[in-house]
Amino acid sequence: MPALLEVGGLGKRFGGFVALEGIDLAVDTGERLGLIGPNGSGKSTLVNCLCGALHHDSGTIAFDGRTIDGLPAYQRTRLGLARSFQLPKPFRSLSLVDNLRVPSLYTGNARPGERCLALLDDVGLADKAARLPRDLTQVEMRKLELARAVASAPRLLFADETMAGLSPSEVEEILAVLVRLNEQGITIVLIEHIMRAVMSFSTRLVVLVAGQKIADGPPQEAIRNPEVERAYLGE
Amino acid sequence: MGTGTFWGVSLFVAIALLVLTRGLIANEYFFFAGYVVLQYIVLATAWNILGGYTGYTNFGVGAFFAVGAYSSVVLHKLTSVPVPVMILVGGLISGILGFGMGYLTLRLKGVFFAIATLALAIVAQTLIVNWDYVGGSRGIYVIRPQQAPLLGSYVQYLYSLMLVLAWAAVAIARTIERSRLGLGFNAIRDDEAAAEAGGVPTLRLKLIATSLSGALMGMSGAPLPYYVTYLDPASSFNLSYAVNSVAMPLIGGMTSWIGPVIGAVLLGTIQQLATVTISSALNLLIVGLLLIAFVIIAPNGIVGLVQARRRARLR
Repeated sequence: MPALLEVGGLGKRFGGFVALEGIDLAVDTGERLGLIGPNGSGKSTLVNCLCGALHHDSGTIAFDGRTIDGLPAYQRTRLGLARSFQLPKPFRSLSLVDNLRVPSLYTGNARPGERCLALLDDVGLADKAARLPRDLTQVEMRKLELARAVASAPRLLFADETMAGLSPSEVEEILAVLVRLNEQGITIVLIEHIMRAVMSFSTRLVVLVAGQKIADGPPQEAIRNPEVERAYLGE
Repeated sequence: MGTGTFWGVSLFVAIALLVLTRGLIANEYFFFAGYVVLQYIVLATAWNILGGYTGYTNFGVGAFFAVGAYSSVVLHKLTSVPVPVMILVGGLISGILGFGMGYLTLRLKGVFFAIATLALAIVAQTLIVNWDYVGGSRGIYVIRPQQAPLLGSYVQYLYSLMLVLAWAAVAIARTIERSRLGLGFNAIRDDEAAAEAGGVPTLRLKLIATSLSGALMGMSGAPLPYYVTYLDPASSFNLSYAVNSVAMPLIGGMTSWIGPVIGAVLLGTIQQLATVTISSALNLLIVGLLLIAFVIIAPNGIVGLVQARRRARLR
């Protein structure tokens, strides 16, 4: 069976700066993949290229056996490739339930109303469905961001630093949401700095350093890789 | 207000206005002034579809308006088609211009887009000034047909057409507001990257907004040659069209279809009154003062004030 997401030799440069180089990556259906790397290693650039917010310069991306190079972001979302943003980007003038209705309606969901309320209930925001995003706390904002990504009925979800800046108990809350989504059948790629969270969540770990993939494997093995140690701890 | 209620009430208001004013008011000036107020309802509503719902500020209103007017001049010289046909043609041409403006949004956002639309107006004006067939910078006289196709004077006829157009524009705006399209527009206004990531085809939606907004502006300008009977670039491209079209939704409220209507009726009427009673030069001063007052007191317009009060009562 081919992988759900298959990336081959992906490269991206900004002028003279090489942000990503020769990235090969395969994500299987149902996986919980952790993607880590120091600041500036290209994690977010990789997500942006895979989701269509940026166009990659070389290599190919295939989703569900279909090449999606050059497809605009909205079409990738419709195919089932969703993302949450590192800094939450809620639709500020829309109520929470309308925030979810946007992706739900635009990805052709049949009964958006009920489904959006159910999704809000899943992340514990049902009682605030009619409120505006500005009434939310930071952790609730992250949950809204995740719920909105899930509202597009994705098969693969990129969770880009959904836990940055949260307290340990809040990290646990978000992790629980992610595990639940995974159990519902959504493949999840978690981009994260908080090692404890990544290690407990991931079934496989990919490490990026300076735009290159230097490790890929079971989490405990990957972090013991000498190159990874050097990147994080120095010589 | 439910959808059925809206259609019922708005149709009733439009027909009542038409019958009552034409039946009861003998003073020709009323129709002359009423035409302008109605025209501003169309312009403000059209501006709000792009500016209020989608979040792209268009300062080139004058260009779309004048392109509609000048397309009628060309039609008037070439053929003898009735005014409703001119309105449709003017709308089509301005809609195409709006479609072109939509592609600007690929590269320009926020204030840069606004500046580009201002430049668009200047380019369009320069083209008309140098086009001798439509009078160039001298302007052109347009002789109205002898008889109005309906009962009453020609100005009354134009007033009736503008009333229908205003109703249509408001009905379109409200339909969009309640639809998937309107939700997509709002998503683009709030965060374009998030909208795209949510499956919203942002470019297509922006092109729909710019084309529709431009088309309605052109339609409101199409009867202008017959209304003024003398058309010149300086007055038809006047910046005051843009200033008013921005100010009216701001004062009325940009989030709802009723906002531009309130703003246009309020501001348009005040301006007409001031023109007759004080001086026509005072118009822009009034707009300026009202804008300052509203930005300070009610940044979300009159509709925003009402909504805030309603929300406060619910809590």
